[in-house]
Amino acid sequence: MNGMGILRGMGITIKHFIETYTQDLKTKNRYYNPAGIEMRTKSDTSGIFTVQYPEEKIPVPEEFRFLPFLVYDEGENGQKELRCTSCGICAKVCPPQCIWIVRTNDPNTGRPIPAPAEFYIDIDICMNCGFCAEYCPFDAIKMDHDYEVASYERMHHHIYDKEKLSKPASYYAGIRPSNYALEEAARAEKEAAKSASKTA
Amino acid sequence: MTEQIISSQTPDFVTKFPEWVAIDQRAGYQGFLVSADHLLEFAHFIRDDFGYDYLSSLTGVDYLQENRMEVVYHAYRSIGGSALVFKVQLPREQPIVSSLVSIYPGVEFQEREAWDLLGIRFEGHPDLRRILMWEGFEGHPLRKDWKEAYFEEDVKPFKNRWPDGHVYRSEDTNPFHDNVKYPSKFDPEKWIPEGDEALYSVLKKVKGEGDLKTDRIIINLGPQHPSTHGVFRMVALLEGETVVNVKPVMGYLHRNHEKIAERNTYLQVIPFTDRLDYITSMSNNFGYTLAVEKLMKVQPTERADYIRVMMAELTRINSHLIATGFLLNDLGAFFTPSLYSLEERELILDIFEAVSGSRMMCNYFRFGGVARDLPTGVLEKIKELVEERLPRKIDELDRYLSKNEIVRTRCEGVGVLTPEQAIALSAAGPVLRASGVPYDVRRADPYSIYERLEFDVVTGTHGDIYDRYLVRIEEMRQSVRILKQVVKGIPSGPIMSIKPLYQVRVPAGEAYGRVEGPKGELGFYIVSNGKPNPYRYHVRAPSFINLTSLNQMGLGSKVADLVVILGSTDIVLGEVDR
Repeated sequence: MNGMGILRGMGITIKHFIETYTQDLKTKNRYYNPAGIEMRTKSDTSGIFTVQYPEEKIPVPEEFRFLPFLVYDEGENGQKELRCTSCGICAKVCPPQCIWIVRTNDPNTGRPIPAPAEFYIDIDICMNCGFCAEYCPFDAIKMDHDYEVASYERMHHHIYDKEKLSKPASYYAGIRPSNYALEEAARAEKEAAKSASKTA
Repeated sequence: MTEQIISSQTPDFVTKFPEWVAIDQRAGYQGFLVSADHLLEFAHFIRDDFGYDYLSSLTGVDYLQENRMEVVYHAYRSIGGSALVFKVQLPREQPIVSSLVSIYPGVEFQEREAWDLLGIRFEGHPDLRRILMWEGFEGHPLRKDWKEAYFEEDVKPFKNRWPDGHVYRSEDTNPFHDNVKYPSKFDPEKWIPEGDEALYSVLKKVKGEGDLKTDRIIINLGPQHPSTHGVFRMVALLEGETVVNVKPVMGYLHRNHEKIAERNTYLQVIPFTDRLDYITSMSNNFGYTLAVEKLMKVQPTERADYIRVMMAELTRINSHLIATGFLLNDLGAFFTPSLYSLEERELILDIFEAVSGSRMMCNYFRFGGVARDLPTGVLEKIKELVEERLPRKIDELDRYLSKNEIVRTRCEGVGVLTPEQAIALSAAGPVLRASGVPYDVRRADPYSIYERLEFDVVTGTHGDIYDRYLVRIEEMRQSVRILKQVVKGIPSGPIMSIKPLYQVRVPAGEAYGRVEGPKGELGFYIVSNGKPNPYRYHVRAPSFINLTSLNQMGLGSKVADLVVILGSTDIVLGEVDR
């Protein structure tokens, strides 16, 4: 019969409509708390699917990448020890070429020292591909999770310098726990091999 | 096995036409060199006598050192098999070659593109205007001696980034005048755009068939129009309410992706391919890495192959969901169907995000494998999706829409493309298959592990909008079927077959890698000269080439149908304009 197809289709819409209310009645705490957000983003979800940003935020997965930052280890006296050796691999691999590094030279000998004098990232140009973090041999540059970087000035504030880019290793361990654990294990192994070869 | 049969079938053109066909003997190159004077004859011959009826890709290469231009053709049989590559070499000062539009109408836009970007003239082309750049633009940007605004160096990485990288914004250095080239007598104050007149005069050339006594009207749909899903313009010539000719106008989003890629190193191109068809970034990665892997002669590991296929099929579902949802938007069902499909898409994107770190710009494939292994819990998530949710939701979408009388009356018999037309116009993907041509690169010229997987090539019968819609729905089911096999069979093991390097060595030569993307055959033609950057990089963009058939599909329909026809070809402007 003509019109049955439309009615059947409308039935599905009505089902969706009613479901939003029955789901709300069935489960408590569906909104504005982490458990509720998780419930709504699982594969068996039904009812309301949207998340009310910025009141609610979907937690980002560990691999999520948004803008690079430089990792520093905290020294004994609280000084920042950047892991970066200014080897330039990140600047070479960067597809839009948004990384700028000035290498430090020893004032006496003129030889390069493995530490960056200046380190800039133009975040307007950065395309968040994650290559710099992927190919850094020293685990010195990593991709951040903080995606809320809107600002009022869009010219020179968007060129991040070394100061603004530096974040502690503990922060890195916090946002990427399993990657951090893997890297630390690899590093410990290397150290062990090194000391073993030294003693032998 | 199949490779051997096909290659033994590749006809021996050289003994047949010794005067004007030769084998391309440069190291790493393949195919035949045809003399420019006999190109038409050759094309006739391969189409009519040898069944190479599907001219998939046409592009040019500028060999600056040898002072030569080369036009490269990739032809296929629509029954499947590998490519017949033939090339025409031209002098660089006067690159003129006969147009193949009369034999393969599908090359119309590709020849225009080659003219626009490389300055190769195609004699006998009915409408050889610029297609991506604006009328009045000076120069041909893909030529090797052309330099863009803000030009820094020929190839990346740029020298001034390290070790003395004193930062500056390129905008500060260039107060607009330096690098923008205008024609010699150009005065922006007095300039009147003339591109439109040229366009309209071509449009008006068609002869009217109707007995209707009426004025002809030109209607512009776009560049800002909700139906175009981006910045895209359709110019329609109407007789009464009936469309008698349509021309798409594109290039509003043009950024010369190919030039960017030729400046980049091989690895740096991968994130740029994400931005072609931004809905199907995983498929784009797939095609590009396949092409480079062919040149490098590396194979991905078994596990990497499985992960790749898994991601590619999830992408296909994702893209078809969007295509279906927004087709309904074009039909006037304001956003309810699209939001239902966006819900499933969101769950797929969650997987992409967990795997690759980004929802849309995945940048996940590497030469010889993938960037990282599946994180814990992701495989279970995919399993839940493909076993439980997606089949149910696809069925729901089917129940919701397929029998809807309004959908059927609007779509059935509208925008028809017959199988012969579809092949001749080089249509690809669901558009081609809905016309009843069972051509799917996954089966016709299998790559990766598709040979081992069970699935059907979905075809339609009528070639109208409704069949395109049905083909997409059914293809999603087939993708779910593939995913079930892949999730079950995924082996453990390494994910990279070579050491991950930021600077790969690619031997000199050429390669064409193609995959069946959700929109159709997505091909990457790469010429390497052994340096760290590709010498020539060309994308055979399915949405761009599918637009060639827009005119044929639109003839005789109404303006309201035109909107739906465009929706059913499922274009993404990031890929059309590149």
